[in-house]
Amino acid sequence: MRDVAIVAFAQSKHERRIEGYNEIEMMMPVVGELWERTGLSADTVGFTCSGSTDFLAGQAFSFVTILDAIGPWPPISESHVEMDGAWALYEAWVKLQMGEIDTALVYSYGKSSPGDLPKVLTTQLEPYSVAPLWPDAISVAGLQARALLDSGRATEADLAGVAVRNRAHAKDNPKAQLAGDYTVEEILAEPYLANPLRKHDCPPITDGAAAVILAAGDVARELNDRPAWIRGIDHRVEAHALGARDLTRSASTRLAGEKAGVGDAPVDFAELHAPFTHQELIVAEALGLGDDVTVNPSGGPLAANPVMAAGLIRLGEAAERLSRGEGDRAVAHATSGPCLQQNLVCVLEGEG
Amino acid sequence: MSPIDLEQIPALADVEPVKSTKTPLRLDYEYTAGAASSRFLRAVKEKKLRGQRCPKCGKVYLPPRGACPTDGVPTTDEVELPHTGTVTTFCVVNVPFHGQQMEIPYVSANVLVDGADLPLFGLIQEMPAHDVRMGLRVEAVWKDDDELETSLENIKWWRPTGEPDADPSTYEGQM
Repeated sequence: MRDVAIVAFAQSKHERRIEGYNEIEMMMPVVGELWERTGLSADTVGFTCSGSTDFLAGQAFSFVTILDAIGPWPPISESHVEMDGAWALYEAWVKLQMGEIDTALVYSYGKSSPGDLPKVLTTQLEPYSVAPLWPDAISVAGLQARALLDSGRATEADLAGVAVRNRAHAKDNPKAQLAGDYTVEEILAEPYLANPLRKHDCPPITDGAAAVILAAGDVARELNDRPAWIRGIDHRVEAHALGARDLTRSASTRLAGEKAGVGDAPVDFAELHAPFTHQELIVAEALGLGDDVTVNPSGGPLAANPVMAAGLIRLGEAAERLSRGEGDRAVAHATSGPCLQQNLVCVLEGEG
Repeated sequence: MSPIDLEQIPALADVEPVKSTKTPLRLDYEYTAGAASSRFLRAVKEKKLRGQRCPKCGKVYLPPRGACPTDGVPTTDEVELPHTGTVTTFCVVNVPFHGQQMEIPYVSANVLVDGADLPLFGLIQEMPAHDVRMGLRVEAVWKDDDELETSLENIKWWRPTGEPDADPSTYEGQM
């Protein structure tokens, strides 16, 4: 295996609604920041891969127009996944493993404000017997949360505790949309949004964008004094039908974590793409993370959840923290699909 | 995988298989034109054609999208352009289709506005369809002032100016 690292990460300030700017105008400054920091450009980077979905913009092939933000001239080597940017990073990582390129740009954006996001997400459900009933994303997550509570492995106070910690962590994240000091009691006193989920158990609706630069071997060392090396990366998928799996466990996260080598050495912190509080508990358990592991020091997707970019942001946040020397070994996780259907796990190590 | 033979399942022996389902899907979106397009559309409402120039390659985009698609940098300089241009390519529409609003035959064309590096799409009127040609010099015909909106439909069509045709070298890079 070739040594590949995340050497740079940039993201927009995440907001409920980025007024007046279209997706290109939202993405361009983020990519521009990486060009400036690395000295790379569209025509010198080896490969470009993006992750997004047309369902957010309500425009077919909207991802093609976003290439205006990159400047693909002369023609570049480029690809797109209709998935979170974490999977675009995976594709770029595979490309780097093939040995023909040394650098890659991965970018991802989610402007959720044009549509009604909980309904837009309904369209990813099984199309014959579930989607026609139009359950919204919060209600579907509520079913999973209820199943977890009924299993006896978590309480509503545990869920509230996850929200309190993420809101507090987000105070140190200048890009976060939601941050603040709360108590479990305050949150439990609030009404249900979709029983047993309260507002604080749910991710905010976010407009935002993110990008990373990947580099291999010595090129990575030139671009960053302490690159965040990808020591293991794997992704696994489960059944689409919600009734066909145990919603209280994440078998795909567990398997991806094993393949990525999460348990091979101690973990200093983890960035988990668990948009709902109960999902963070399920993912942390599936990865075997102990109580000594700091989870979501950035505030996680509960602090900002630009759909299709929130997974890539977990990898980027973890890498930046390692590059700053705030830890040596981290786990980053991304999810896709309803109720943690598909999961990607990446083990990163900071080393000069 | 072979198809399931329902006749082999006694409880389903007399059941007509479901061969299709209809699942109506409707999602509403609030489109964000963006900063550059919004400025352009507001100018169009004032009967002005305002493009944006790329600071790197110098190309002028009309309509502007806020970015130079070849250089990937913001296009910040605004450029006011005249209401005249050149037909770079065109199509005589002779085939009726669903939703058609124009009487056939009519001519759709790409019009390169003078000073712009990106042609606009429009209609050519006030001349026989068979006389439309590449290099034809045209000018915009606007809606009445009280009908102007933030829409490129403010230009009803383009009509010939009567000038001599443009030299092909002035638009050869725009086809």
